[in-house]
Amino acid sequence: MFGKSAVQRLLLVAMALATVFLVDIDEARAEYGDVVINNYSDAAGMRPAIFPHWFHRVRFRCKVCHADLGFKFKAGGNEINMVKIIDGQFCGACHNGELAWSVENCNLCHSGKPGTPTQVHESTVQKLAPAALQKK
Amino acid sequence: MPTWIIVAALLLVNAPVLAGPWDKLREDGVHDPRSPAINRLQEPGDALSKLTPDSAGNMVRWVQSLEKGEINPRANLRPDTKIRLYDSDVMLNLNGGMPMVKFPHRQHTLWLDCANCHDHLFKAEAGANKLSMLAILNGEQCGVCHGAVSFPLTECFRCHNTAKPGGKPPRPSLPIAIPAGAVPPK
Repeated sequence: MFGKSAVQRLLLVAMALATVFLVDIDEARAEYGDVVINNYSDAAGMRPAIFPHWFHRVRFRCKVCHADLGFKFKAGGNEINMVKIIDGQFCGACHNGELAWSVENCNLCHSGKPGTPTQVHESTVQKLAPAALQKK
Repeated sequence: MPTWIIVAALLLVNAPVLAGPWDKLREDGVHDPRSPAINRLQEPGDALSKLTPDSAGNMVRWVQSLEKGEINPRANLRPDTKIRLYDSDVMLNLNGGMPMVKFPHRQHTLWLDCANCHDHLFKAEAGANKLSMLAILNGEQCGVCHGAVSFPLTECFRCHNTAKPGGKPPRPSLPIAIPAGAVPPK
C-alpha cells in the first residue's frame, strides 16, 4: 500500500507525524489572553464576562485602556461593576452605544460558562501553577 | 487498502489543524455554547488568520502586523492624550547564563505608554532593576504582559536574543513545550 510514489509516501508520513504531534489540538482552549471576569456575575445569576484581548488590540493599542482609562494589569483587579460602566468608566468609556455596543446587550459580554473563575486563560501562570493561582 | 483511503482518514483526523489554530468560540472551553452571543461575536480565526502568522500565543506577530499596517489600532480616545514614543534599546541580563536581552523601547511604546511600566514595575535607570525569571514566570515584571497577552514565556530566545562576548549564540526560536499534564482540566 505504500508502493505508489515518493510524493504520496511523503504526504502520508507528514500527515501521520502531524496526527501524532498535534492530536491534543482538539482540547478546548480559550484564545490566548482571554480574560474571564467573574467577580460578581455568578452571584448575580449572570454568565461571567469574557474580555477578548485579541479583538480589542486589533482596534486599540494597550495604552488606550491601560493608561488613558486606568485599567490595572490584573484580571479581576479593577472592581468593575455595572454602575461604573453605565457611568462611563472602564468598559463604559466605549461601550456606550457610540463607539461600541451599549450596556443593554448584556449577553454579548456576559457569555462565559457559569462557574468559570476570574483569570487570564491560557496564561503561563495558569499553565505552570494552576494551584497557586487558585490560592490567590 | 488504497492510499487514498488512508489520506482521507488522516485528513479527517487533522481537520482541526488544517482549519487553523484558532478554536471556535463555542468550542473554546470558556464561552457558554448556549449563549446568544455565540453567533454574533466575531470568531478569532476570522480576524487573526489575515494577520502575520506566529507560532505561539495568538499565533499573530502583533508588532509586525502593526508595522505593516495590517491593523491600525487607535492610540488614544481623548484628543488631549499625549502619544509618547521612545526609541532606545536597553541591554539586560549581562551576567546570567542565558544570552543577553536586548529590550527595545520602540516596539513597546508602539503599544504602551511610559507610565504603564515606569516606575511602579521598572525604575527608569539601566541596571537599577533586579529582574528574575522566577518573578517573571509568576506574572511579575515582564511577566505582567508576556505570558498573559503579549508573546508567551515559552519563546525564550525572542528576549534572550544577543550573545555575550565569547558566549553561546541564542538559538533561533526554539520554544520550550509545556507538558500537556500541566494544563488544568476545564
